[in-house]
Amino acid sequence: MKLAFRIALRFLSSNKGQTFLITLGIAIGISVQIFIGSLIEGLQISLLDTTIGRSSHITIAASEKNEPFNDYEAVLNQLSNQVEKMTPTLTGGAFIKTDDKTNQILLRGFDLASADQIYRFSEAVLEGGRLPAPGTNEVLMGVTLSEDYNIEIGDTLEILSPAGQLTEIKVVGFFDLEVAAINASWVVSGLDLSRTVFDFDENQVTALESQIEEPFDSDLIATQMQTDVNREDLRFDDWKAQNEALLSGLSGQSTSSLMIQVFVVISVVLGIASVLAISVLQKSRQIGILKAMGINDRTSSLVFLFQGFLLGILGGLLGILFGLGLLVVFSKFALNPDGTPVVPIFINYRFMMLSGLIAVVSSTFASIIPALKSRKLSPIEVIKNG
Amino acid sequence: MGNIINLSKVSKIYGTAVKTQVLYDVDLAIKPKSFNGIIGASGSGKSTLLNIVGTLDRPTFGEVEINGIRTDQMKKNDLAKLRNETIGFIFQFHYLLPEFTAFENVLMPHFIKGQKFDKRMNDRAHELMELVGLSKVKNNLAGNMSGGQQQRTAIARALINNPRIILADEPTGNLDSETTEVIYDLLRDINKKLETTFVIITHDRRIAEKTDRIIEIKDGRIYNDFSRI
Repeated sequence: MKLAFRIALRFLSSNKGQTFLITLGIAIGISVQIFIGSLIEGLQISLLDTTIGRSSHITIAASEKNEPFNDYEAVLNQLSNQVEKMTPTLTGGAFIKTDDKTNQILLRGFDLASADQIYRFSEAVLEGGRLPAPGTNEVLMGVTLSEDYNIEIGDTLEILSPAGQLTEIKVVGFFDLEVAAINASWVVSGLDLSRTVFDFDENQVTALESQIEEPFDSDLIATQMQTDVNREDLRFDDWKAQNEALLSGLSGQSTSSLMIQVFVVISVVLGIASVLAISVLQKSRQIGILKAMGINDRTSSLVFLFQGFLLGILGGLLGILFGLGLLVVFSKFALNPDGTPVVPIFINYRFMMLSGLIAVVSSTFASIIPALKSRKLSPIEVIKNG
Repeated sequence: MGNIINLSKVSKIYGTAVKTQVLYDVDLAIKPKSFNGIIGASGSGKSTLLNIVGTLDRPTFGEVEINGIRTDQMKKNDLAKLRNETIGFIFQFHYLLPEFTAFENVLMPHFIKGQKFDKRMNDRAHELMELVGLSKVKNNLAGNMSGGQQQRTAIARALINNPRIILADEPTGNLDSETTEVIYDLLRDINKKLETTFVIITHDRRIAEKTDRIIEIKDGRIYNDFSRI
């Protein structure tokens, strides 16, 4: 074993040019794999963040549509240890009256402290505005909505519920959540105001909205919650069920990224296998003479397995460095007009370690054929043919 | 005393579709500590015979016994071990490993044997290199030495495991006559000092005449066998 390693090392170091070329080949393959993988991962994370970063992953609502449900605090308390971010909301369609016009809006009453963790209103509030104080008639308004109806901060308006009840509200700020439909229709208030407008009871809300750590597990967690809570009058909706198109897009992207990575690795493997196969021919004289001196078949094949292994380690390390370099260059030079990277890059060290491991495993694997060739080589062929 | 090499009725046929018989029922017995020369025209089968004795090739028919052990039916890895411990080879084209230094080449059969490299071994390797007159170039890579130096390295290498038999196929085939003479004297010296059995193929009748026994091969058969002892 030690001898095989020693011979492998000497074979590699005595032919530096060739060793350098194979290592470079592996390194480039692995760096492309790391680059593509990280790029797609970054793309997915940012896409996911844009799409569901500011929305509910699992929504608990009454089974009957547009109706509130009772005893929400019991559910909230029960699930508080399972879900990191959960907020009650009282939401309903309503109208605001501006001058002589009446316009449809969506009044969303939140417990603003907990809702801010999901919607990050405090970051989305435009200059001059602030969050509504709880227990008052203050509201935030979508920026498009305000522009459409010439509303300004400090304005007092009337809101009309479907039941016909009129309530006075005061606009204390505008928000931009970067979704046109939300900016054009949402009016955000505290829970109390919403409760007054829609005339609900103290223990009623229309939904509990939540965000979980692993959004892709939302269906499993939703089912688990349903079992735990065990209430007939509630339904548990997860974002995945409502975003099938996005999901299939994401999974298509993952699959194509994986395919590219697989083919890059296959071409690396074929490259190493062919170069090592040629090196068996180059070294057949040496292998033949070693066999004449009594090296056994196992050791003679280990020489090539070790060469593959060593090349994999070298190529993997160099590939990780190249990959990191590519990512840094890409995030420095491929920029949006505002100076942010086109695709935010996430450097995932586990993924890089995995790529390094793939380099080692695949190049060792690629050396199996040359190793078998070396095993089969008979010393007499070398002695007879020179 | 028994024979160290014993061939009985050894035939060798190459090829499957077109068969070429190279050796015909060869019987050959070699005594321990003897110094034997094999001569014959090229294509007579002398190299094939040596390769069969060295267990590098197998006979098509017949039995081969080395050091009292039947080898014609042994497994490849067992043969490798036998070669490593019992037989030293010196080939016409040196067949050193160019990636290693002369010193490492000499020690290679010892490394293959899988035993540790200690001071005793280090001393032995130095002694052998001294014996073949290579002390000055022992750290040169094998490729950076003259033909004579390479051949001496090959001789030291053949000796490192203290083999009972040394097989040499035209060991001086591509050396000048002066070096040839020196190398043969060296081999003869080793034969006397270390009591190693030598079987040497040579073209050179003058050299052959210095051996204890001359075996002449012609058309795959032993044509002449002349022993001085």
